[in-house]
Amino acid sequence: MTNGVAVELNDLTRVYGSVKALDGLTLHIEPGELVALLGPSGCGKTTALRILAGLDEATSGTVSVGGRDVSNVPANKRDMGMVFQAYSLFPHLSVLDNVAFGLKMRGKAKSDRTSGAADMLDLVGLSAHKHKYASELSGGQQQRVALARALAIQPRVLLLDEPLSALDAKVRSQLRDEIRRVQLEVGTTTLFVTHDQEEALAVADRVGVMSQGRLEQLAAPADLYANPATPFVAEFVGLNNKVPAAVSSGRAQLLGTSVPTLQGSITSGSGVAMVRPESVTMSPDPAGTSTVSSVAFLGPISRVYCSLADGSVISAQMASTQARRFAPGDPVTVGVEPTGVLVVPE
Amino acid sequence: MKRIGLGGKVFRAVLWVAFGLFFMFPLYAMADFSTRNLIAGGRTMQAWKNLVADEALYQAIVISLLLAVFTVVAMLLVLVPTMIWVRLRTPWAKGMVEFLCLLPLTIPALVVVVGLRNVYLWVTYFFGESALTLTFVYVVLVLPFAYRAIDAALSSIDLQTLAEAARSLGAGWPTTILRVVVPNIWSGILSAAFISIAVVLGEYTIASLSGFQTLQVQIVAIGKSDGPTSVAASLAVLLFGFVLLLILSLVTRGRRRVAADPAVPTPAPSGVSA
Repeated sequence: MTNGVAVELNDLTRVYGSVKALDGLTLHIEPGELVALLGPSGCGKTTALRILAGLDEATSGTVSVGGRDVSNVPANKRDMGMVFQAYSLFPHLSVLDNVAFGLKMRGKAKSDRTSGAADMLDLVGLSAHKHKYASELSGGQQQRVALARALAIQPRVLLLDEPLSALDAKVRSQLRDEIRRVQLEVGTTTLFVTHDQEEALAVADRVGVMSQGRLEQLAAPADLYANPATPFVAEFVGLNNKVPAAVSSGRAQLLGTSVPTLQGSITSGSGVAMVRPESVTMSPDPAGTSTVSSVAFLGPISRVYCSLADGSVISAQMASTQARRFAPGDPVTVGVEPTGVLVVPE
Repeated sequence: MKRIGLGGKVFRAVLWVAFGLFFMFPLYAMADFSTRNLIAGGRTMQAWKNLVADEALYQAIVISLLLAVFTVVAMLLVLVPTMIWVRLRTPWAKGMVEFLCLLPLTIPALVVVVGLRNVYLWVTYFFGESALTLTFVYVVLVLPFAYRAIDAALSSIDLQTLAEAARSLGAGWPTTILRVVVPNIWSGILSAAFISIAVVLGEYTIASLSGFQTLQVQIVAIGKSDGPTSVAASLAVLLFGFVLLLILSLVTRGRRRVAADPAVPTPAPSGVSA
């Protein structure tokens, strides 16, 4: 089901004093699509979302929703539902009244408001809590009510501003999946802002990685993960091992292995290959020139950190059952799986 | 929670009694004096009857109560939207607004009266010579106390997020302020209102120097000829102030309890146990 409309951010720039928070951001979101903006703090992702919501003004550029320029439309007339990073339920209203608030602003009759709000609470599984107040709910429950409240007005666009960042890990992953389920069910065009790579890759149809106010790459999660376009994107999606490499004829030589290079790599000469930890292989070898420096246990997987002969450190990610073979000080041989790597100039 | 032993309980009771006596004794003395028949001896409620029977005193009470109401209304109309707007839209102006609001604390009442003389020529030109024109001065006078109370209430909520949430749901600015912000700073508004009433009902210097007959001016005037009635009026004002503070305490305690009680047991939700 698709209830969404197309959203266009055209050449948006936002300048605060001497700081350029957005630098010519252009983004098109298809009707019903969920796009995640991913990036570190200060990259401009929240600024973009706030400009789309009408809570901030662009220095230049336009915002179109459903083909109509809404750049000068105030926030309360934009028909967008928003879930905030901070808990934003109105403390003086019950859960039901919170969810019905937007309907009240639209002049709906009380019976319609109550039934509409109750339907949304059903959708997020909180009907049993409708008479409680925000102070009686956990953080995860509050954010689910906020989601219900944002959806109750049947918004043209749903905006999610790091809605999971204040929650603990378990609740975060549960609510993340729930947001995606609900979004697919209602089909609202959605912009999801996060700094968590896993979160963005898990929920989005497309992920846009932002840096310094610019969109570095916009692609489907699998494509973004497999083919990062820039060193920044590569590092942000987990290619955080930097290994010296020599490139020729579309292949890179590194750690004694020849692997194909990704688009955007240098075409020849020496550079630095960006390798994700799960592509690094490691085997115990009494004659190996590398040494295990530490092992980090992460539950089902572990990360083994290893010092190479040149003194640089590389990390390998593997199943914890395999990682048991390694202990700090063990000599090992390090290699790379023959997947593509991005090689950038030194 | 640490339990209080018998010694602690006794010590607390002694403190209660000691402080109770310290504060209640003057009130008892006032009640005693105001009901004493100074001529024939014995007890009489004549002084208390005079509060409504003495026309001048009655008028002064009415004027002071009206002044209190007008001052509170004007103060809230000026201060609440301004403070909310400054926090949301012009945070750079917060220091300046705070300075301006606290300024009246540093200026002696005598200086205020002298300074306002020229301004009041215009005020009386437009509004006549009613004592109610004191409202303008009193609004300035209560600003420091009201500012502190409302500022504390605004600091206790995430104003920006609440306002933005309301706006994104379709609320205009007036609705956002009246239906979302004000209910969440209600305790601060009540504090500001009650403190303002107490200040207005206790103000003597400006009213006297300006030549207006407010309750306090009348109390002093009556005190020169009819001590018991003067004391009865003073005691009535004090009791009125105590009642206001008691209401304030009860209201804010109730709200604090709700706000500080996130541990209310909740059954596990049907879906995610968040």
